[in-house]
Amino acid sequence: MWFYSDKVQELFKNPKNVGEIKDADAVGEVGSIICGDALRLTLKIDKKTDKILDAKFQTFGCASAIASSSALTEMIKGKTIDEALRITNKDIAEYLGGLPEEKMHCSVMGMEALEAAIANYRGVSVKKENVSEEKIICNCFSVTDKKIIRAIEENRLKTVEEVTNFTKAGGGCGKCKPEIEKLLKEFWEKEAGKEISLSQQSTNKRGLTNLERIQLIQDTLEREIRPQLKKDSGDIELVDVEGNKVYVRLLGTCLGCPATSLTLKSFVELKLKEFVDRDIIVEEVKE
Amino acid sequence: MRSVVYVDNNATTKVAPEVFEAMRPFLTDDYGNPSSMHSFGGGIAKYIEDARVKVAELLGADDPREIIFTSGGTESDNTAIMSTVQSYPEKKHIITTKVEHPAVLNVCKFLEGKGYRVTYLSVDEQGMLDLNELKSVIGKDTVLITIMHANNETGVIFPIEEIAEIARQRGIVFHTDAVQSVGKVAFKMTEVPVGLLSVSGHKLHAPKGIGALYVRRGTRFSPLIIGGHQEQGRRGGTENVAGIVGLGVACQLAKKSFQEENIRVKDLRDRLEREILKNIPNTRVNGATSSRLPNTTNIGFEFVEGEAILLMLDAEGIAASSGSACTSGSLTPSHVLRAMVVPFTFIQGSIRFSLSRYNTEEEIEYVINKLPPIIERLREISPYGKQSLTNR
Repeated sequence: MWFYSDKVQELFKNPKNVGEIKDADAVGEVGSIICGDALRLTLKIDKKTDKILDAKFQTFGCASAIASSSALTEMIKGKTIDEALRITNKDIAEYLGGLPEEKMHCSVMGMEALEAAIANYRGVSVKKENVSEEKIICNCFSVTDKKIIRAIEENRLKTVEEVTNFTKAGGGCGKCKPEIEKLLKEFWEKEAGKEISLSQQSTNKRGLTNLERIQLIQDTLEREIRPQLKKDSGDIELVDVEGNKVYVRLLGTCLGCPATSLTLKSFVELKLKEFVDRDIIVEEVKE
Repeated sequence: MRSVVYVDNNATTKVAPEVFEAMRPFLTDDYGNPSSMHSFGGGIAKYIEDARVKVAELLGADDPREIIFTSGGTESDNTAIMSTVQSYPEKKHIITTKVEHPAVLNVCKFLEGKGYRVTYLSVDEQGMLDLNELKSVIGKDTVLITIMHANNETGVIFPIEEIAEIARQRGIVFHTDAVQSVGKVAFKMTEVPVGLLSVSGHKLHAPKGIGALYVRRGTRFSPLIIGGHQEQGRRGGTENVAGIVGLGVACQLAKKSFQEENIRVKDLRDRLEREILKNIPNTRVNGATSSRLPNTTNIGFEFVEGEAILLMLDAEGIAASSGSACTSGSLTPSHVLRAMVVPFTFIQGSIRFSLSRYNTEEEIEYVINKLPPIIERLREISPYGKQSLTNR
């Protein structure tokens, strides 16, 4: 069973702004019954001030989808469309007092419906224009690369599982998971690149490219670190590298071991400082 | 906690008061180890053997030694499958269905990773198998046929008598996961040539953590849990005495209340189903009604989502379950309903009601009354609801 916040439960049981504005100035529709949730948002907008006077929703979906839709309508009423567009899925989730990780896609759906409605108001057919540039990654839920990258960027997502929770991509047959992995890797490598150039390459004294650097970290893990951990039936895997930060996941007996931080700091980090770069900081990723 | 109308008995059941009372001594004063040489412990072994006889009687097996106590349905399924494949290491093909419980399905998937070939038989829209398809996929390499007796989500019953006969003729081991049907359907293992059969305690008013595996005499067996000599060396580990005694009593009660399950409980289920279909438009029953457990109905409500229905029912004190994506913790709806190709407008709004002999007429009446406004309310919220319904 899910653990929903009081706010989610309240807005599910007594949702505000249910229905449809008959002479709506803007209509936004996202999702479909096949995907398991769908939202239809109708807005009344003051044409002079661009202020959202009224908002109503119709939602097919679970409790968090209904609550997210209701939250969205409450949040945007009285705002100008420019103000409303600054609302992200994070804001919706926060308004609701948090959502279960697996349900974050409900807040994303809210944000998308709003964008669709405003595009409709402005007379832009966003969909058609962008579709050619976008590539469908997840065929089960029709999720494009653009949507995935945006979710990664806005929510700082690190794993395929997180991407699935936020966008549904990969949640059906799972065939697109390697592609999502690739998008994650590309995004975070780009980010790491940014950070390195910002710090004027100070971390990159050996003149290594990012790829070489990651390779060296991986080699050091394989050669110097994993054999030692394995002696105690533990293990480690490299999750990500972001500038000086090396994200690792501990496995086997290392999981929940009281000496975890000792292992990480005085062994793993020390070895990586020794073999790769003395500025390296090791961080543990917990699932 | 306030009282609840519990119509989720395929998930788990209430421990029968008689079962609890029978277990009590073994959780308090009589804590001895049945393997001990002193009578304080060793004397307890006879209660285990009594329970074994009761389980055998419910299954219509003539030799209680064919019963091995396990920790539950999942262990029984794992044991049956792993034991069989280990007993015939040269054969590498397994036949099962697309609608099995994960305790079977995921063991098969695990074995696929170990070099086994697995055939997953399809079902039709009614959730029924095509036995000709089964016959056609059996090969020289086939080591095991594992097909459930009754489906946990729809209650659809597979003809295991015929499947067992097909397997016997071809000399292949047949295992059936009968976790949902034991106690609700009559068994006569002396007449149906099933090789291995899984039983779960908590589905028939015994507690969680106890189950049994029927292993026909002459079936090759290799234990999954290796340890002491318990269960004739077929399942190591000190016996769960209280659980075993509880399962024995639960089986005895099930045998006694067999008529009740098939007449009174079935009537309640039929009434619930009939009234829902009558009172609420755009609903359908998922699964063959002609071959079904007496306690289960799976109903699809078009244009609404299952989790929302369940939470609204929950607010009224009604406990049921759903095959929708949102409730499964994944993003895809139930593998059983997908295998049956339930229409997409219905699949997310499918609710399972599963009754037990502890349900009363008043409770069923309560559900019948509470459900229509819930569905109506959710259809009002749904963008598909009103207009789609009136367009028909």
